Amino acid sequence: MDLNTVWFFLIAVLFIGFFLLEGFDFGVGIMLPVLGRGGDTATVDTKRRVIINSIGPHWDGNEVWLITAGGAMFAAFPMWYATMFSGFYIPLFIIVLVLIGRGVAFEFRSKDQNPKWRSLWDWMIFIGSLIPALLFGVAFANLARGVPIDANMNYVGGFFYLLNPYALLGGIATVLVFTLHGSIFLSLKTTGEVCESAERFSRRIWIIVVVLLLVFLIATYFSTDIVSKLGVNPGPIPIAAMIAILLCGFFVRKQSYGWAFLTTSLTIGLSLSTLFMIMYPRVMISSLDPAFSLTIFNASSSEYTLKLMTIVALIMVPIILIYQGWTYWVFRKRIEPNPENLTY
Amino acid sequence: MDLLMLSRLQFAITTVYHFFFVPLTLGLSVMVALMETIYVITNQEVYKQMTKFWGKLFLINFAMGVVTGIVQEFQFGMNWSEFSRYVGDIFGVPLAIEALLAFFLESVFLGVWIFGWDKLSKGLHAATIWIVAIGANISAFWILVANSFMQQPVGYIVQEGRLVLERFSDLIFNPNLWVQFPHTITAGFTTAAFFIMGISAYHLMRKHNPDVFQRSFQIAAIIGSISIILLGLIGHDQAQHMVETQPMKMAAAEALWTTEDPASFSILTIGDLSQRNEVFSIRLPRLLSLMSFSQIDGEVKGIYDLQEEYTQLYGPGDYIPPVAFVYWSFRIMVGVGTLLMLLAFVGLFLVMAGVFEVRTIIYKIFMLAILLPYLANSAGWIMTEVGRVPWLVFGLMVLRDGVSIVVPIGVVATSLIVYTITYAALMGADIYLLRKFAKIGVPESRDDVTDTPAEENLSLIGAQD
Repeated sequence: MDLNTVWFFLIAVLFIGFFLLEGFDFGVGIMLPVLGRGGDTATVDTKRRVIINSIGPHWDGNEVWLITAGGAMFAAFPMWYATMFSGFYIPLFIIVLVLIGRGVAFEFRSKDQNPKWRSLWDWMIFIGSLIPALLFGVAFANLARGVPIDANMNYVGGFFYLLNPYALLGGIATVLVFTLHGSIFLSLKTTGEVCESAERFSRRIWIIVVVLLLVFLIATYFSTDIVSKLGVNPGPIPIAAMIAILLCGFFVRKQSYGWAFLTTSLTIGLSLSTLFMIMYPRVMISSLDPAFSLTIFNASSSEYTLKLMTIVALIMVPIILIYQGWTYWVFRKRIEPNPENLTY
Repeated sequence: MDLLMLSRLQFAITTVYHFFFVPLTLGLSVMVALMETIYVITNQEVYKQMTKFWGKLFLINFAMGVVTGIVQEFQFGMNWSEFSRYVGDIFGVPLAIEALLAFFLESVFLGVWIFGWDKLSKGLHAATIWIVAIGANISAFWILVANSFMQQPVGYIVQEGRLVLERFSDLIFNPNLWVQFPHTITAGFTTAAFFIMGISAYHLMRKHNPDVFQRSFQIAAIIGSISIILLGLIGHDQAQHMVETQPMKMAAAEALWTTEDPASFSILTIGDLSQRNEVFSIRLPRLLSLMSFSQIDGEVKGIYDLQEEYTQLYGPGDYIPPVAFVYWSFRIMVGVGTLLMLLAFVGLFLVMAGVFEVRTIIYKIFMLAILLPYLANSAGWIMTEVGRVPWLVFGLMVLRDGVSIVVPIGVVATSLIVYTITYAALMGADIYLLRKFAKIGVPESRDDVTDTPAEENLSLIGAQD
């Protein structure tokens, strides 16, 4: 395997890591107003704090996967980074803006009693989870579908080109998969009323997720060149993604939320893998002329830089996985609805 | 305003804003780690109270630094895509390493520190804040590797119109990095020291929990004095390095229009910017030569001569940075730095003499002095970056060649305005919380929690353990 392919693979891994991890904390953020209601003001506030505290120790570490994916793109495929970030300026700007509000919200929300203050930051958490989930879905669907790239590697489509039906479908599917993923996470990490309503919610939303993913898969046959890349039978990965989401329903009904979480993780990881497989070896598919597409070769850094970054990544990524994994073990206990023991 | 100017303005605003939070994170993380370590070793409750009190302020500040950092990483591709293409082979490397080596450490272990008080052993818990502190400072190192390349490009070759990395070690041993990095770190420690001294002064004045705040003031005065001395010494080295590698920046910082030998140091210069010459100035003879070369004579090149030199070297063009900007930002940085040094010594003197009851005005000066490092930090970066104009990468790429050409001007104008408004609102929330928790202070003793007013008490519980 050449280093360019290694780096395509590594960047796929980083984005999959981001979708898997931040996926559930986005989902939890989306669930905040959904599950954080019912009862008097104090009860609602405690519910919301339970929901927020379930991802409290983790969300920041999860978000670093995005920062790292961005940095790795810059280092390994600077042309891809430059074309995509300048071309997708408006969605990325919106993502960054709402992520700023969201990140601060976790830290600021419970540091003041004023209900208006808390409600403001709750909105930030909700919007900051919903919008990035939607827009990342839109962005990746567009990457697989192809966008107008000219001969100078510049995106010339404008903002509204990105909002085509296929990409919007990808965005909505992403939001719903993340919501289910987050809802199952809450079923694993909380107790009492929040936990019960999360369990109920997971059972209800599951079928919608299945339908949407199926529609998205079918749309992928019409909107991308999946047939020429993967064949009519797309092979084990997309099929396994679909099987995983079907199994999820089984586990949710059996109330085996650990297994259910594994299946949503697999669905997310394998679906995103499918999109990356459609793209490979291209990183930005040009809808104007295949010759204008950015590939892992014409968008890449030099051999020397790739080699250097490979060494750094091969040493660091396993270490990161170990210590980040350790934090999930440290905070493995469920969150009790006891306001005095809640940090955030 | 054109696209280039809007993009520059956006970068300036978001970067200066981001750097309001970074220096305090660099210094305060280490100081909180020190406090917790003393607590683990001595088992004295007061150090736990100190750790929690300063730790909470640290967290409020840290959150702002993290979220505004995302903008920085994305902005190179979004607004400076031509630059990203040109230097990506080199510039992306330190940014990716920073994420893998430092940012993960900081973020993951900070989560453990915040939520892990009753889940980890005391020693392990203290270790997590050390990892955060080390991660934050390593992070600064890699970011400055990237910035140093823009100031003094090293270890590259030009291939097909792009810069390609030739030797990684050259980036690490870039001489500019080794003056810039210690300068930034010591500035961070100074910022944190004055932050602690100022808030401690507030409580000492009101005789709130003197045990906690005397000790805090003590630690901060000692660390502050050491770091500001180092800061000054390194700043001097940095100036000499600048004369050598970016003489135009120094000439602008001194508003030195014509070459002088021996060169004088400007106390005050009023210039006519449209004519680009000097109208009036007060200068100390020989001082600039002394500063630049550590001897009383030596030629320091003036702006006009450098312009001519650069025209021959790089072709026709305007190589003169906005002189007034560079001149005044340099003066603010050095002036404020000098004032801080005096204040640090006053603090140290009080600590050595064991005097914590002084006249109200002294407390108030220390409280106001919290703001001074912010002024110097911002001025320092403005001088460094504006002094490099017109270069984006010194000697290799000018600003107008680096900007994203595909982003419509209206879009950049909108993002600039929205960032500015959002940042202003966030600053309001940040300062509100910092003031609130700085003023609440620490309960007199553990059984005494009920002393704080009921509402604040609740929010304390809400935010603490």
